[in-house]
Amino acid sequence: MSTIDDFHAWPDAQGRFGNYGGSYVAETLIAPLAELTEAYLRLRKDPAFIAELDRDLTNYVGRPSPIYFAERLTKHVGGARILLKREDLNHTGAHKINNTVGQALVARHMGKTRIIAETGAGQHGVASATVATRLGLECVVYMGAVDIERQKANVYRMKLLGAEVVPVTSGSKTLKDALNEAMRDWVTNVADTFYIIGTVAGPHPYPLMVRDFNAIVGREARAQMLAQYGRLPDVLTACVGGGSNAIGLFHAFLNDRDVRIVGAEAAGEGIATGHHAASLAAGRPGVLHGNRTYVLCDDNGQITETHSVSAGLDYPGVGPEHAFLKDAGRADYVGVTDDEALEAFHLLARSEGILAALESSHAVAQAIKLAREYPKDGIVLCNLSGRGDKDVHTIAEREGVEV
Amino acid sequence: MNRIDARFAQLKAAHRTGLIPFVTAGDPSPEHVVALMHALVEAGADLIELGVPFSDPMADGPVIQHASERAIAKGVGLADVLGWVAEFRQRDADTPVVLMGYLNPVEIHGYARFAREAVQAGVDGVLLVDCPLEESAVLASLREAGLRQILLAAPTTAPARMAALCESAEGFLYYVSFAGITGAGRLSTSDIAARVADIRAHARTPVAVGFGVRDAQSAKAIAAFADAVVIGSALVERLAGADEEGEIAARARAFLEPIRTALDAP
Repeated sequence: MSTIDDFHAWPDAQGRFGNYGGSYVAETLIAPLAELTEAYLRLRKDPAFIAELDRDLTNYVGRPSPIYFAERLTKHVGGARILLKREDLNHTGAHKINNTVGQALVARHMGKTRIIAETGAGQHGVASATVATRLGLECVVYMGAVDIERQKANVYRMKLLGAEVVPVTSGSKTLKDALNEAMRDWVTNVADTFYIIGTVAGPHPYPLMVRDFNAIVGREARAQMLAQYGRLPDVLTACVGGGSNAIGLFHAFLNDRDVRIVGAEAAGEGIATGHHAASLAAGRPGVLHGNRTYVLCDDNGQITETHSVSAGLDYPGVGPEHAFLKDAGRADYVGVTDDEALEAFHLLARSEGILAALESSHAVAQAIKLAREYPKDGIVLCNLSGRGDKDVHTIAEREGVEV
Repeated sequence: MNRIDARFAQLKAAHRTGLIPFVTAGDPSPEHVVALMHALVEAGADLIELGVPFSDPMADGPVIQHASERAIAKGVGLADVLGWVAEFRQRDADTPVVLMGYLNPVEIHGYARFAREAVQAGVDGVLLVDCPLEESAVLASLREAGLRQILLAAPTTAPARMAALCESAEGFLYYVSFAGITGAGRLSTSDIAARVADIRAHARTPVAVGFGVRDAQSAKAIAAFADAVVIGSALVERLAGADEEGEIAARARAFLEPIRTALDAP
């Protein structure tokens, strides 16, 4: 296995996870990032800040989320026990709120009055608008014009929460372009503006900060496993787009070398078709959005357009810590197709009465595959990162159903 | 001697301000990049910054982003850009060429391979926008091959960092910002002049300034305190849409010549 002694010792002071991460940004972003890094490194050790965050996670987000034994699903599959970490039960319906609550508090401590965010499916935009309005901060969300068309309900939700949604019409008009545009806004308005990045990508300190705020998922799950089952799971799985829910679950277990870790990327119509978003399984090391990581690009280094039925996984890069875990051999990353995710969605809905987000359905599909590899007394712990209400129209349309 | 260093030495001896146009390679037309470069030189360019198109130009404004998108849509890649520089060198052995772009195309091409091919083509320096000094270890093979690593400095650059940039600068230091950036919006020309004067006093290299330069008047204002003036978006915007060689060259000359004249006027 790996030669890494302590997976919790990363990133280093430069924000590097081995060969990955870092801060590959233009000079104009250096000063704002330095200001943020200084503030965050101070706050993450500040007991008052930690207590404030804990209160919000308990009273506003609704933590802890339970681990749930999916007994009927397990019986149906006929393998190891499948446990679900229920991040779908959080306020706003996904793990995204863990991060936005934390970053909004950082913003307030830094004296910023304006929040900006990028969003793909709209979940991070909704989670950002939610925490911004709660703290009385102005909120502007950048969203690709294509995604705005695909996710009208979430656009309206953001507006109900008082956010301004700015359509982005450059490039592929999706998440990566929204991220570019948000960066430009930040450079221009950095004096009063805080940029809440929604995943564990971007330049240092974002991969560290977003991971820290999501790591509550794995800390809770690890303690819950020991308390309720007296042991750790055999294997963890979670879906990986940018990778924030996955690193959130994985991080607390990284030094438990006996616990296997498998990330499920969006294989779209199949990796062989080229229509996918599996950066780790099918991409190569490169530099995108301020960090070195695995990216999907052509031989000219141009970032390629991705495909997934789930907008939240539709991203051509991935958080650098995942790239590090892959190369270190600590985690494996495999593709789950659109069809497999949909099948898992239906199976979970009918067996357990849970409508999972399409993103999370990739993890469920992978959990089902893993359960078959282990004996009946084994345990697969799957991060159910979000609820599927936002996806019912997409699913209905795909299956030719009028809603 | 590297062409960049030679050119700035000449400019200094002649007490002239350098004129550095930026164009996106392959826009407005991949067929006429070399002709455009020659036209820029004829109109008074002292050094050419040639943009390597990238799909996600995070640090550029919409004008250059759209130029990149148009070039990529026409299939322009790093190998084409190197080919155009080599062709340009057949008729111009003196004008320095700096490739400006983002790291990923170079990373995917391979750093050592890029360094070799770029030197062979006649490239003199690189400005990789998303590779700040702290990450520039990856560019070691480029520097070893003789390519100058052009660094950026900004109004927001902290004093200690500015000292490090001045110390590490090669070729020239590019002091850059754009309208609207925090701080810059409140800076008057005299503030910028004072900052650039301070940088020039400490930098190992000349200092080029790009600061929303759009015409002869704004170029002249900057020439008062900079070693060279960089003009990007306004030129790219002027060239957009032209598709014939004569038209492209004519627009380039019409844009650049008045600026050259203004810079050279006493």
